[in-house]
Amino acid sequence: MPQIFHPSMNTISRVSIFGAVFFVMAAVGVGAAIVRSPYATEVGVVRVQPVPFSHQHHVGDVGIDCRYCHRSVETEAFAGLPSTDVCMDCHSVLWADSPMLEPVRESYRTGEPLAWNRVHDLPDYAYFNHAIHVRQGVACETCHGRVDEMPLMYREETLHMQWCLECHRNPEVFLRPSEDVFAFDWEPDESTPTGEELAALHGIESKTDCSTCHR
Amino acid sequence: MSPVSRSAILGLLLGLVLLPGCVQEMANQPRIDPLEPSAFFPDGSGARPQVPGTIARGQLYADNAATTGREDGEPVQTIPIEVSAGLLAEGRKQYGIYCDHCHGSAGYGDGMVVQRGFPHPPTYYSERLLNVPDGHLFAVITDGLGRMPGYKARIEPQDRWAIVAYVRALQLSQHADASELPADLRNELTATDE
Ligand code: HEC
Ligand code: HEC
Ligand code: HEC
Ligand code: HEC
Ligand code: HEC
Repeated sequence: MPQIFHPSMNTISRVSIFGAVFFVMAAVGVGAAIVRSPYATEVGVVRVQPVPFSHQHHVGDVGIDCRYCHRSVETEAFAGLPSTDVCMDCHSVLWADSPMLEPVRESYRTGEPLAWNRVHDLPDYAYFNHAIHVRQGVACETCHGRVDEMPLMYREETLHMQWCLECHRNPEVFLRPSEDVFAFDWEPDESTPTGEELAALHGIESKTDCSTCHR
Repeated sequence: MSPVSRSAILGLLLGLVLLPGCVQEMANQPRIDPLEPSAFFPDGSGARPQVPGTIARGQLYADNAATTGREDGEPVQTIPIEVSAGLLAEGRKQYGIYCDHCHGSAGYGDGMVVQRGFPHPPTYYSERLLNVPDGHLFAVITDGLGRMPGYKARIEPQDRWAIVAYVRALQLSQHADASELPADLRNELTATDE
């Protein structure tokens, strides 16, 4: 009986079988990469703002405390954003003619607030609270990265549930003494209490119930 | 492969690629988050100003020296609330947040913002400022003076007194005599001198 398939078909059929497996895996891989890419997580992505406000200048160089502008970060869920008056404390005198600051002056004249575009924004079904984290010794740097080196604000972390949980399972690893919460480039030395000691001091527990964050 | 099944597969793949872009309605619920714009109010702002004639919880300020810094129209001579180590610590913290970058951490008026061209505020160690009543310092923090903005809306009266106490402590620190120190600190000082 004559052969129906040419011997080269062996190779072709192997390639196509493995190819199909490879194709499915690649599709899954690409999908996973998209979900984790800056396109979906917004990590490292800079937003267009009405004024190109630089934390590097104001925090890193000039040394203004976070709480001068984000006033409620220690006391409320929402960290707060500065009103135009706060900018005008300094910029009514300093760089008062800078074209870059024209939107600030215009907002001050008209009373129309500056519309900052949110960089971090959790979905509404997740509840986050700054006061508890800052008071229990989780530093700005741990969640927001080196803000003092950011010419423009970007997201350092994904803010995915997985990320929250990585810390909530073992919060001790990330704790600092309260006075170092606003510091950057911080390293513990011999005199700093360990994470376990701090957790015991503040009565910190691992909080992973769904209702902690979905309430 | 028939054109129908090919386009079905293509459609499926396209759907897979677009899937990560799906947005849940739950992610943006019809409530106003802090500072979120709102189409409901005519000025488009979700944050509402306080209704005239009302007092927010925690903002009932009694008309006494502790909240006005004045007595019979005159600035009070000494801090009208109890000064403790806790108050001084709070004052130090508040000073670091609100004053440090202009007045400098030691109070000589040489903070970072001044080094970048902001007008030089006076040092705390002039004869005049060493002798003004405490109520005067309180009034300057409250209402501002010259180029300095007032911080009435941002710093609670209690914390303003804390800052006054801290500034007084700074003044003392720069005009203190070594013999006034407690013995152990004096020993430390002489040890470092050698
Ligand atoms: C002089 C005022 C000022 C100071 C000081 C300041 N910020 Fe900001 N911050 C702003 C303004 C204005 C914005 C909004 C514009 C932007 O996102 O860049 C902002 C935005 C942010 C955001 C992003 C908010 C969002 O949209 O999700 C974070 C996070 C932040 N600041 C952290 C910090 C930290 C941490 C510090 C202290 C180390 C600090 N800021 C100090 C003015 C300030
Ligand atoms: C405590 C004082 C202070 C406050 C408050 C402040 N700034 Fe500044 N800002 C400065 C100083 C000082 C510089 C100059 C930095 C330098 O020379 O490196 C500056 C520079 C800038 C510049 C660059 C100007 C140019 O033309 O290069 C922008 C833009 C700016 N600030 C925006 C803002 C905004 C927006 C706010 C309010 C959220 C604000 N600043 C609040 C002190 C301040
Ligand atoms: C445990 C992690 C964590 C820590 C610590 C933290 N943040 Fe945030 N921050 C977030 C998250 C998450 C959001 C987004 C909140 C939302 O969308 O509701 C956010 C948002 C912000 C915003 C935007 C306004 C808001 O409240 O939504 C500012 C400003 C900010 N953070 C400043 C700070 C400063 C300053 C500190 C340090 C004192 C700090 N954060 C510490 C996680 C953190
Ligand atoms: C780096 C560590 C860290 C990260 C990241 C973190 N948390 Fe927390 N969180 C803590 C600690 C510590 C506490 C305090 C727990 C305690 O007091 O027992 C806490 C407490 C909370 C509480 C209050 C719980 C309660 O019932 O008192 C909420 C809500 C919360 N976190 C939400 C979040 C969300 C949402 C995220 C992610 C966007 C997040 N956290 C990310 C460390 C973290
Ligand atoms: C520490 C805080 C925290 C805890 C605890 C937590 N979540 Fe979440 N969850 C979040 C955050 C933050 C998000 C939003 C993540 C994002 O932006 O993609 C989220 C998102 C989700 C989503 C939507 C996922 C998506 O991709 O759309 C579901 C479903 C969910 N959580 C279920 C749960 C369940 C079930 C539990 C309990 C086993 C739980 N969560 C516990 C913080 C938490």
